[in-house]
This record gives sequence, structure tokens and C-alpha cells, in this order.
Amino acid sequence: MFYREAGDFKTSYTDDSQTFPIKFDRYRYYVVLVLAFAVVPFVINDYWVNAVFLPFLIYSIAAIGLNILVGYCGQVSLGTGGFMAVGAYAVYKLMVAFPEVSIFFHVILAGGITAGVCVLFGLPSLRIKGFYLAVATLAAQFFLVWIFNRVGWFYNYSASGQINAPERTVFGVPVTGAETAPWAAYIFCLVFVVASAIIARNLTRGMAGRKWMAIRDMDIAAEIIGVNPLKAKLSAFAVSGFFVGLSGALFFAVYLGAVEVGEAFGINKSFLVLFMVIIGGLGSIFGSFAGAAFLVLLPVLLKNTLVGGLGWPTDLAAHLEFMIVGGLIIIFLIAEPHGLAQLWRVAKEKLRLWPFPH
Amino acid sequence: MNDMTPDGYTTEDGRKIGAVVMEMRNITLRFGGVVAIQDISFDIREGEIRAIIGPNGAGKSSMLNVISGFYHPQEGEVWYKGAKRPTMKPYEVAQQGIARTFQNIALFEGMTVLDNVMTGRIRQMSAGLLSQAIWKGKAEREEVENREVVEKIIDFLEIQHIRKTPVGRLPYGLKKRVELARALAAEPSILLLDEPMAGMNVEEKEDMSRFILDVNDEFGTTIALIEHDMGVVMDLSDRVVVMDYGKKIGDGSPDEVRQNQAVIDAYLGVAHD
Repeated sequence: MFYREAGDFKTSYTDDSQTFPIKFDRYRYYVVLVLAFAVVPFVINDYWVNAVFLPFLIYSIAAIGLNILVGYCGQVSLGTGGFMAVGAYAVYKLMVAFPEVSIFFHVILAGGITAGVCVLFGLPSLRIKGFYLAVATLAAQFFLVWIFNRVGWFYNYSASGQINAPERTVFGVPVTGAETAPWAAYIFCLVFVVASAIIARNLTRGMAGRKWMAIRDMDIAAEIIGVNPLKAKLSAFAVSGFFVGLSGALFFAVYLGAVEVGEAFGINKSFLVLFMVIIGGLGSIFGSFAGAAFLVLLPVLLKNTLVGGLGWPTDLAAHLEFMIVGGLIIIFLIAEPHGLAQLWRVAKEKLRLWPFPH
Repeated sequence: MNDMTPDGYTTEDGRKIGAVVMEMRNITLRFGGVVAIQDISFDIREGEIRAIIGPNGAGKSSMLNVISGFYHPQEGEVWYKGAKRPTMKPYEVAQQGIARTFQNIALFEGMTVLDNVMTGRIRQMSAGLLSQAIWKGKAEREEVENREVVEKIIDFLEIQHIRKTPVGRLPYGLKKRVELARALAAEPSILLLDEPMAGMNVEEKEDMSRFILDVNDEFGTTIALIEHDMGVVMDLSDRVVVMDYGKKIGDGSPDEVRQNQAVIDAYLGVAHD
């Protein structure tokens, strides 16, 4: 009823190409932003931040990054865990080496460094495609984890081989280390999430996104109409790497605080983020959020209902959780192979006509 | 054809055709032992509609692929705008202003019609990633300016109503038109059309012919096309190259070609006695 484009006229091309062309959508987006910035920080506690909000926000950035590469540019990557590790170790080295610089810049710089590494491992994509490329990026995953384990310089030769985030502040408020207040960590990540989403959206609705999608849909035709495949693919790897690096940096510095590379950034992480992208919807920024929410929230929800609500033993609940999440993934992919974003799109199209579909 | 000079000629309907814009000189293309194109030379003049015809397997599409830089001939030279063209990648050829459509449609199925046509503007849009990321400055300006041009082309080809539809959902005839729109969006110096009317019914063919003539007329675009429908070819084109088994067997105005004995033999067959 209220979800309408009728009467919502566009008088300029700028209006027409905006992110939320429908008024209702636009207001909903503003409401969500206001809620996220002005309400949530005051009501959340430690449990909510660590179990729900931080992982959701951080995985959203990773999913946006991977979605640009897989969903928009069509280059399958299984190296996400390794690239997140690059972000984590880069931010660690920067934090330790330049304690006087704000961690804000460290995180961004870590994204930049990851972008460079990602481009390097993206070079094979110029020659190989599809599954073969996936296997090539798998090499990145194992190589990066191995090198962070083996080369002492990366973890400053600490005896445990772990890296620990020292305390750093933004405007005097600690955002890393043990003293961090839940709301501070949340806001710090939220800022990066919102900025990432806006940047990703801008890139994908402009010429860069069109080049990526052209390569994804038909690379030969793309080349013949003038897309330089080298530049298009590598820029996708760079942008994707940047976001994945951001998420890796935040994952280590803000969320975990201490990291052992094989455990935190193993191949599981690569698959987890890839599943988020597939379940959420390839080629959709909203889908990245939806996928991250699905895979972060569902386990928490299940655990709370099974353990808290039904009083089952924790280990049984943990195993059941795996089975239920796995089952739901399969059901979802059969019912809607284009992911949650497509469900959302269909729902919106229906809403547009509701309640008079004829 | 009347009074052919280096500067051009005038067609029967009074259109002025300009100087040579592209020239193929003794092109030979081999795939291993198979000779796809053998020692073919012809030229394309500014503003004309140049047809390449021939039976199946004559090497017409290979010829277009040579022009668009997809194949590199073993022998011969391609001259473009008065200079010999070095070996180029397809996207470099596109950047030089040669656009094309494909025999079996090569649109970006996951993108909307608008995005497909906008992709054709790639040559005119050069904003950097950073500017695009914040959607300010050059990127935003370019987006709006080019959108205006694209809207004109969309208008021209009468596909306004499907602007926001993903291409994958469109019927065949419309896809062909969108592909033409994408090629036109590049404002090409030469437009290559590979069988623009393949698989169309009479009505759609008439529409497409009208669009091709209009494009040539209104934008003055030079067009080289491959087509099997002889009626269409003879009506549309100013000059025709006829190929058979990789060799050129005729070249001239539609009337000249129609009288050419070698062409008649190639199409109707010749008695082997």
C-alpha cells in the first residue's frame, strides 16, 4: 500500500540512478541508520555486541568484499580467510610500529595492503576461469596462513605465535584492548560498515560495476566493446581485497583481540564468507548483509532456543545447530538459488502491487 | 556506381559518401591448415553501408573478427583512418571507435537494458575509481552526461519501455535491438553488424532495416554488415563484397554484383560436367 513508485516522479538522471529510487525504501534506510547509530549503542550489552553485532558487522564487510569479486565480477575466490589474515597482520604491524597514529588510519591502510596482496593473487585470473581459478585462490589461502605462521617478523617473534591487539583509542575512547566498552567497539565497526556499503554501492552502480558485470556475464563481448579485461579483473580484486582486509583488521583488532592465524583465518573462514555471499545473493549489496545476518544470527538463535529455551545439553545443541544450519542452507538454495536478496526483490515487487495484484 | 573518386562518390539517392576510412589489404587468415580468408582486399568508405555477403563458411564472420581485432591475420594489413593498424587487442580496437554486434547475441544478461547500453559508453567515460567510489565530481557528471546520450539512443530505437528490465527476460527481437543500441552508444566511426536480421520475421526485419538506414542517415555512421537475406542486402547497401571459400569473388554496387557470373555460380551452384 505504502510501498509505491507511483507519484514519485524523477526529474533528473541523478534522481533516477540513486541507490534507493523509491521513497519508502529511502526512508526505511534513514530509519535503520538512525536506529543503528542513535539507539542501538545505548541498549546493547557485552553479550549482544560480542555474540551478534560485531560478528554481523564485520562479516558484512567481508561479504561485501567477496560479493564484488564473485557476485559482480564473476571471479570465484576461496582465499578470503587468507586475505582477512593479511588485513589482521597488517593492522597489527601498523599498530605496533606507529602507536601515535590513529587506529582508524591503520585499519584503512591494512585494507590497502590487502588490496595489493589480493591483486597479486588475482593475476592468474587473467588466464584461468571458474573452478580452476577457485583452486588457484585456494593456494593463496594456504600460502598466506603458512607464511604468517612461519615468519616470526609478522607476529613480532612472540613466544606463542599469536598476535595481540594493544589498546588504541579513537577520540580518547578505547576501541581495542581489554578496556573497550561494548558501544565503542560497535560504533567503530558500524562506521566502517556504513562507509563500505556506500562505497560498494557507488562503485557497482557506476561504470566500474558495469565493467565488472560485463566481464561476469560475457567476457568476450565485454572485451570487444572496449572493456580492458586486465584492468577490470584486477580492479575487482583490489576493491574486494580492500574490503576483506578491513574486515580482517576489525576482526582481529576489535572483535577477537588475540589471534592465532590457522584458527581464526583458516579455510573455514573462506567457506563461511563464500556461503554468506551465496545465501545472501550474488551481485547484491543487500544480499551481503542478509547472508552475514543469516549465518551469524541463526546459530545464536538456535543456541538460545535449544539451550536456553528447551534446556538441552550444550554439546547436543552445538551438534544439532550444525545440522539445522546445514539443512536450512540446502533448503534455501533449492527454494531460491539466487539467495535472500532475490526473495527480498520478489517480495518488493509483490508489495508494489499489493493489495490489488491484477 | 557513378563517378568513384578518391574523395568519395554520390549514391543514387543522393547521399554523399566520403573518403576511405578503413582498408583491408591482402588479408590472409589461417587456422592451422585451414585457410579462412585468402588474400582479400577491400575498403570501407565514410558514411556508406557496406555489405559482406557469401554462402555459409565463406569467411565473412572471420573477416569481421579480423576488423574488430579478435583474430590476427597471418598476412596483410589493416589500414584505419589513413594509418596502418598495428596488432591490437579487441578492447583497443573498440577504443579506436569500432563497435559491433554479434551473430548470436552477446548481451550482458544479468544487467538491465540501461546498464547494457551505458556500458557501450565506456570509451567516453574515464572517471577514476576514487571519484566513482564517492559518486562525486567527475564520476557523477559523466554519469549524467552519458545517460543523456544513452537516453537519446534508447528513444531512437524505441526501447524506452524496457529500460529497467534485465536483458535476460527480453524476447529475441528486442535483444537484437538492445545490442544495436549498445553498439551505437559508443558513437562509433565504423559499426560492424554481424547478421543483424538473423532469425527475425518479416516485420522485425523491416524494423531493423529501418533502424539501420536511420542510423546511417541521422548519425552518418559508417556501417559494415553481414547478412544472408539478399533482398535486405540489395536494398540497404551501397556497395557489396562477395566472398566464397575465403576468396573475394565480387565487389561493387548491388546491381553490379547481381550481374556477376562468379557470384551467381557461387549462390546457385554450377554444373560440373
